[in-house]
Amino acid sequence: MKKINDFVVKFANVNGSGSASANLLFAKALFRMGLSVVPKNVFPSNIQGLPTWYEVRVSQSGRGARRGGVDVMVAMNPQTYAQDLADIVPGGYMIYDSSLPRPFPREDVNVLGIPIARMCADAYVSPRERQLFKNVVYVGALTALLDMDFKVVKQTVRDRFKGNAKLVDPNVEALKMGREFARRNFTCPLPIKVKKVKAAKDRIMITGNEAAGLGCLYAGASVAAWYPITPSTSLVEAFERHAKKFRLREDGTSNVAIVQAEDELAAIGIVIGAAWNGARSFTSTSGPGISLMGEFLGLAYFAEVPFVLFDVQRGGPSTGMPTRTQQSDITTCAYASHGDTKQVLLFPGDPKECFDLTVDAFDLAERLQTPVIVMSDLDIGMNEWVCDPLEWDDNRKHDRGKVMDADMLDRVKNFGRYWDVDGDGITYRTLPGTHPTKGAFFTRGSSHDAFAAYTEDGQVNAENMDRLTRKFEMAANRLPKPVIRKTSRTSKLGIINFGSTEPAVREACDLLSREGYKLNTMRLRAFPFGKEVAKFASQHERIFVVEQNRDAQMRSLLINEAGISPEKLVSVLDYEGMPLTAGWVKRKIEAVIESDKSVAQAMQLSAQAM
Amino acid sequence: MTYMKKPNVRHPGLRKNELGLTRRDYEGLVSTLCAGCGHDSISAAIIEACFELDLPAHRLAKLSGIGCSSKTPTYFLNRSHGFNSVHGRMPSIATGANLANRDLIYLGVSGDGDTASIGLGQFCHAMRRRVNMIYIVENNGTYGLTKGQFSATSDRVSKSKKGEANLFEAIDLCTLAIHLGAGFVARGFSGDKNHLVPLIKAAFRYNGFAFIDIVSPCVTFNDHEDSTKSYDYVRAHNEAMDRLDLVPEREEITAQAEEGQTTTVRMHDGSLMRLHKLDDSYDPRDSESALTTLRKRYAKGQVVTGLLHIDDQDTDLHKLLGTTSQPLNAVPMSELCPGNAELAKINKGFR
Repeated sequence: MKKINDFVVKFANVNGSGSASANLLFAKALFRMGLSVVPKNVFPSNIQGLPTWYEVRVSQSGRGARRGGVDVMVAMNPQTYAQDLADIVPGGYMIYDSSLPRPFPREDVNVLGIPIARMCADAYVSPRERQLFKNVVYVGALTALLDMDFKVVKQTVRDRFKGNAKLVDPNVEALKMGREFARRNFTCPLPIKVKKVKAAKDRIMITGNEAAGLGCLYAGASVAAWYPITPSTSLVEAFERHAKKFRLREDGTSNVAIVQAEDELAAIGIVIGAAWNGARSFTSTSGPGISLMGEFLGLAYFAEVPFVLFDVQRGGPSTGMPTRTQQSDITTCAYASHGDTKQVLLFPGDPKECFDLTVDAFDLAERLQTPVIVMSDLDIGMNEWVCDPLEWDDNRKHDRGKVMDADMLDRVKNFGRYWDVDGDGITYRTLPGTHPTKGAFFTRGSSHDAFAAYTEDGQVNAENMDRLTRKFEMAANRLPKPVIRKTSRTSKLGIINFGSTEPAVREACDLLSREGYKLNTMRLRAFPFGKEVAKFASQHERIFVVEQNRDAQMRSLLINEAGISPEKLVSVLDYEGMPLTAGWVKRKIEAVIESDKSVAQAMQLSAQAM
Repeated sequence: MTYMKKPNVRHPGLRKNELGLTRRDYEGLVSTLCAGCGHDSISAAIIEACFELDLPAHRLAKLSGIGCSSKTPTYFLNRSHGFNSVHGRMPSIATGANLANRDLIYLGVSGDGDTASIGLGQFCHAMRRRVNMIYIVENNGTYGLTKGQFSATSDRVSKSKKGEANLFEAIDLCTLAIHLGAGFVARGFSGDKNHLVPLIKAAFRYNGFAFIDIVSPCVTFNDHEDSTKSYDYVRAHNEAMDRLDLVPEREEITAQAEEGQTTTVRMHDGSLMRLHKLDDSYDPRDSESALTTLRKRYAKGQVVTGLLHIDDQDTDLHKLLGTTSQPLNAVPMSELCPGNAELAKINKGFR
């Protein structure tokens, strides 16, 4: 079994043992060798003691999805030996800590024992070091086994501990310890190995939360309020880290305010208050937070207050699987809050898009005067993805929407906060403190007329509701367009997907294509849907809707909001919480196509028999 | 009707303030509350205070939650932006608004249901964060808008209009506010405007979280004989602890009050607040003694009014966060967005 630059390494660890940092070092060093890597951190909702895995796929062809199966398993957690052994493909390798040697009941797996605990016990005195360096030792062994460029690995260590130089040498020594052991005791390199390439040379490795946090920075957000929740926490933390550097004025004060609120209700309240007062503001949460924010989302929709909300989705319902990925807040967010409400949603497909769509989200929120929800998920948000570098166009002007200043107010006779003077459903707003006598209005969640006055006149209320519908329909044409990829002009088979499923769907599509099934794909990037969505549906007869939830939420939205016939839409659903593999998507789709074919054949046969 | 406008007629002889405005310029729409509602007296007191302080109304934002009290911002300061938010969540809206523009005055108006029940958490955290705002609770001990249920500030001994007993102890908002570090804590009575207006004026001049709990009888559901929030009860049991004077910076202090009876506090804007104490048993700068006085008087069934606690530490959320003196909503985008050259450097960090 010879595999160059195309394999899966998986680390099985105990959480809280310091493995995450060593495993990331491994992935980053491979990335810096120019390889396309797909790291996935599979972690428990726990701080110490439970099983955790880190999987790294190396892909010659630059694939971004999980592959499934494991070629090299680094099994550091005796609790999960049995499961980890079972995951290895025939001919693969199992590396384990042989301080306590043991046999493994599989003939078709190569077992490489490294007495890691013993080596660390001999080399280090403090229990903490003995534990932490175990992780570095197995990475060291891998550098020899996989033929990694040791210079690159050492440089990665140096960069990792920038500002804490005294940690560099001990880490390099631990790497060497593992490397030397492997060289002395095994045939290095293995048939599974790496070779320097240039595939990922100009790319970056980044999490979606980091990129979205940077998006907020570039969008000019100056107020953020949040409540900690996995997997969204690192988004505001990233924003805060960058803001500390870029939002500092010469006098030492900062032009950003970040508040860790007492709960999600207060977080969104603070954001709405700031947005109402003219600052770009955002909050970030996950499913449970979305549920709590429901009432305020209705107020912001109805009172037309623009802000950005991130939903980094995780496994639901309720507390669900807090550390697993899902796309199961789609309908909740699309119709968030009681009464007739509809919200604008954006669906980034990788970290680069987390950055781009975040900036767009702020512009759209202020242009449309409504909340915009960026629907990320744990996979994009917390895993490192290899993607194109982030870009900013210095000529880009932030779109602050229709806001009247004092001069504009002086020029008009009457001001009505909800008066649709332009006929596009979007009305003019004023900020408190603008003008001594003009432009003041009362923001409220109760029914109101064009001048923001309370009304119980049903017709006036209905007119306002109709205007909001008009605004929402107009919004569809301003939102990011879906990405359509055609493999065949004549194929009647299509796939609709969105968000983090993109790499798996794209790869599955190529695999299916090799089998003769040509499918065109459309990756949705926004709700409400633009006209392209219905058009794509009209061009295809069988459309697979790939989504990570049980209830086919996006399919429902497509039926209800894009008017697509339910018979056309076949659900491909996963709700086990792991990022998809291409193989799984391919098998699901193939099965339906083949069953369609046999039905067609059967019908043909029965027609002939008559 | 809340949307009914008052006739725009002004008597030419109406007194004008420094801004050339009359009291009428500080009014709002016609109140739709029940005739005799204490809340209307509070609205009148707010109008009076703003007029006398020469406040430019458009530089003030009035915020509220849900309930009878939260409707009142419609009935004063027509020239101010208002935000009638959701039930119990006015404090977070005020916090955010204040973060976006620190130069405006934020007046939050809430009720006992809005603050002591559904909004208790947000109330506490806004105080903890020292949000620079005036927070008024129009406290009538009952849910008026839903027709007379007990609220969390209903005294244990108070009965409902139907004669039902209250099973639970009251939450005393002033005690809570002092505990949580609100720097300005006062209690007023809507039936005593002469005492109330100076309290509101002083609160406007205070930098930090200024809280005023105003007992404000509900004439429809909680003004009966067995209620401890009725006009009669409060009049009979009201113990005013002090009399307040607010002396603007530019005015010379002429009259000297008796030694030992007057506390002078310099406010953020340089004006002086003189507190003539009518009760010598406590020191409003000492939170412990304020708490003890409140507890003792409450046990006697008294409704203590006045400036109960003041802390001239002069801090607020912006100071704690280290935000810039320029309102955040006025910082130009060119300064907030670091540009592509910086982004190229940031990208390198992800190599």
